[in-house]
Amino acid sequence: MKVSVWKGGAEGAFHEFEVPRLPSQTVLDVVTYIQRALDPTLAYRYACRVGMCGSCAMTVNGVPRWTCRTHVDKVAHAERLQIGPLKNLPVIRDLVTDMREFFDKWARAKGQFEGRRTRDRDFEGIKPSSPQRLQVDAAIECIGCAVCYSACDVVAWNPDYLGPAALNRAWTLVKDERDGARLERLRAVAGDAGCHSCHTHMSCTERCPKHLSPTASIAGLKREVLKSSIRGEL
Amino acid sequence: MTPRLETLLWIAQRATAAVLALCVAVHLATIIYAVQGGLTAAEILGRTRGNHAWLAFYSVFVIAVSVHAPIGLRAVFLEWLRWRGASRDVALALFAAALAWLGMRAVFAVFT
Repeated sequence: MKVSVWKGGAEGAFHEFEVPRLPSQTVLDVVTYIQRALDPTLAYRYACRVGMCGSCAMTVNGVPRWTCRTHVDKVAHAERLQIGPLKNLPVIRDLVTDMREFFDKWARAKGQFEGRRTRDRDFEGIKPSSPQRLQVDAAIECIGCAVCYSACDVVAWNPDYLGPAALNRAWTLVKDERDGARLERLRAVAGDAGCHSCHTHMSCTERCPKHLSPTASIAGLKREVLKSSIRGEL
Repeated sequence: MTPRLETLLWIAQRATAAVLALCVAVHLATIIYAVQGGLTAAEILGRTRGNHAWLAFYSVFVIAVSVHAPIGLRAVFLEWLRWRGASRDVALALFAAALAWLGMRAVFAVFT
């Protein structure tokens, strides 16, 4: 199988490698083979290999994917693969991107939980079946792989845009009944850099390897901001 | 511009979109209906002059357009031209005023 792999930083080129085809081979297996057998200088990132850590995302044949759980069978057209770094993030080297801006935006979207209770009080009882909690559950399993961020057109057009993952995180906290920073968070996610810039292209939802819908979360944020704005709280 | 103000612009754009959905449908249906029988300009003016319902409908239409279009262009300018900040917003406020003025001028031209 012929595999083109990005080598270099922002400036660079695709280098072609010949990789043996194996049953049940993942794209991460291919990259690992290249680094171990063909080009030991190849830089890439991975950790868990089982779709939990969110560190191995790359652009495979033009589409952002988690490589550890992407089988070559499903993505190799005519026995060819092109593997590059994630889009919308600065490239450090080869397949490794600088994810600082991506995670800084989680902080900017007020992605931190702010408890209302002190340690002297008992746990707040939240029923797993409560409507609020069900909405949180639908969005909570994000692994922070930045596939959605890489797939998002609005991030490409407007570098200030917080992006699907950060807004999805904010949504899970807005719906968390234990959280005490709802209004600050809604202020943080409103406006041109936030939820109102989403064009509902749904690329994030299409590409999310965990099958979450950041689009739905962003739509939820728009509704919550609208309600608070009508009430004059913002 | 503050997030609060940006949110208000978003609400204004969505609200005017709802108004325009109705206005455009009525406008198109009216045009198609009006030309069926081969109306002359004089006959059209005969129906629009002094017609307060017509004046109210098209005034709402023009104002909705004047609010809706510049807010949409704000995003287009940011995303396609990277034009942001006060210069963009002042230019768009002038564009909104021009749309409202030209539109209302046209409405009054066939009302009076």
